[in-house]
Amino acid sequence: MIEVKDLHKAFGTVQAVDGVSFTARDGEITGLLGPNGAGKTTTLRMLYTLMAPDRGQVRVDGVDAAVDPLGVRRRLGVLPDARGLYKRLTAGENIDYFARLHGLPEALLASRRDALIKALGMDDIVNRRTEGFSQGERVKTAIARALVHDPRNVILDEPTNGLDVMATRALRQFMARLKAEGRCVLFSSHIMQEVAALCDRIVVIAHGRVVADASPDALREATGEHNLEDAFVKIIGSDEGLAA
Amino acid sequence: MSAASGKARRSAFLTVFLKEVKENLRDRRTLTSAFLTGPLLGPILLVLLLNVTLNRELDKAEKPLPVPVIGAQYAPNLLAALKAGGVVPGAPVADPERAVRKQDADVVLRIAADYGKAWRKGEPVQIELIYDSSQRDANTAVERVSQLIEAYARQQGAMRLVARGLSPDTAWPLHVARRDQATPQSRAVLMFAMLPYFFVITIFMGGMYLAIDLTAGERERQSLEPLFANPVPRWKILAGKLAAISTFSTASLLITLLAFAVVGRFIPAEKIGMELDLGLHFGSCVLLLMLPLVLLLGALQSMVAAFAKSYREAQTYLSLLMLVPIIPSLVLAILPIKAQAWMYAVPLLGQNLGIMQLLRGDGVSGQQIGLCLAGSLAAALLAVLATIRLYRSERLAISA
Repeated sequence: MIEVKDLHKAFGTVQAVDGVSFTARDGEITGLLGPNGAGKTTTLRMLYTLMAPDRGQVRVDGVDAAVDPLGVRRRLGVLPDARGLYKRLTAGENIDYFARLHGLPEALLASRRDALIKALGMDDIVNRRTEGFSQGERVKTAIARALVHDPRNVILDEPTNGLDVMATRALRQFMARLKAEGRCVLFSSHIMQEVAALCDRIVVIAHGRVVADASPDALREATGEHNLEDAFVKIIGSDEGLAA
Repeated sequence: MSAASGKARRSAFLTVFLKEVKENLRDRRTLTSAFLTGPLLGPILLVLLLNVTLNRELDKAEKPLPVPVIGAQYAPNLLAALKAGGVVPGAPVADPERAVRKQDADVVLRIAADYGKAWRKGEPVQIELIYDSSQRDANTAVERVSQLIEAYARQQGAMRLVARGLSPDTAWPLHVARRDQATPQSRAVLMFAMLPYFFVITIFMGGMYLAIDLTAGERERQSLEPLFANPVPRWKILAGKLAAISTFSTASLLITLLAFAVVGRFIPAEKIGMELDLGLHFGSCVLLLMLPLVLLLGALQSMVAAFAKSYREAQTYLSLLMLVPIIPSLVLAILPIKAQAWMYAVPLLGQNLGIMQLLRGDGVSGQQIGLCLAGSLAAALLAVLATIRLYRSERLAISA
């Protein structure tokens, strides 16, 4: 479970995140929806302790990020916005590297890696160097290395960015599977249909603030719009930066 | 996370180190720079340079020296003496000043028409040597001709004194006896003043691409952020990377020392009375003196590269940083400083002095080695701490 309370973060005079609070529960997919530049990535970066918030608190499975950042990172699987791979290493070696950094024993490492390779359908690329990988192959590898330590909580920053239809479909199925395994899945997106189709709960962020936090149905009800797209536009106040 | 639990697991430090080594061993550019161009450039350059210089010096000293002579017919005896000294008198040139400036001749000899008359009267006569001292090439030739003439003059003077029943010593109340204390090794030092810089450059090139990769490279290919999302303190990641940089630069240094040892055998140093020992003892002493520099340069390179936004920018910064270590070598080459004890504690300068002393064949004392290691190690630790601080900053991880 990921709990976020009243997060603030400013870069110079720009208030990127201005009082964000929400909770992402286990066994649920929580979507962080907002136009580009709304503060989604900055919020997520504070969750996985890459940045320290100016104010506010982050707790993962009850562990306070300010007190024990390593403990928080150990409980998280993260696919950041930046998902660069080491191009002179094979996909498998990329996964192993992160597994060892998580302190996985060698025997467990091999079985975890093989399970993920199967689940993500990566058998044909596991022994290839990642240089020249397609966007889809790159994302698969990045997800595998993020989840190799079997984390209870999974954070995915715009995971479908740049993927084609088939790869997006496969990724959505994989996320549903993570949810079915009882994990807490938090992902950000600026694509409404994706959020609507997958999420148990939607947190809408605009201008660094949470403007809505509810189930898709509740959002529709609250705005009085049958169409979710119209509901979002109404909540955010404009359709700038959103994609259908 | 400490290595708990009985099952085999690799420490974060070792994981980072091994991954960096493996990844960079697969990179042709890094390999070329660390194991080929970096370490071999110095030895090859040195051999070429030395051979050219040595051969030229040797040529000048032994070769017949053509000298255009104006008015050769007035002084046949003088010319005979010059010929005996290896000078080949040539046809007179119309404009000797121009010929010298245009480097058609190194030196031109002009004998006045009244030479014979004055000589017979026992009056002093003037011989003109026309040359251009800014043409360094010509200096050996000028020196040779003028020495031959002076020797001839002295000999003739002595004969005149004897003919008048005087001892030649009357005319030369003082004798200068030169006792040159230069040993064959110390003469070599003059030519090898740049050797310490070659070693520094080698260390530099050996670790350069890894150092760039450490921050600018990881950031440019967007892998630093996922790396930092792992439950490993950043200083441990940095330590692993610094270890990888140091391993590569030490390997470069070893290769270059080996190359110098091999090349040292082919340098015809003894031909000009020099002695050169670039063998095992020299190599191990240099390695010892240089080890703290390996860490210092690695940390400095990482630090400088961390300020760059891209790989290319980091490369530019580092090539500027590469010029810094040349300063002590240049200063020592231009200003003949007498080494004080404290100078050994100054990083780069200490290594420079130590290596020069080794080349002279004087050896380095334990105290000097101690000072050199302590000073450079302290500087290296400071650089590492500063880099760790920099590595901790929030901005570092975020890609452009």
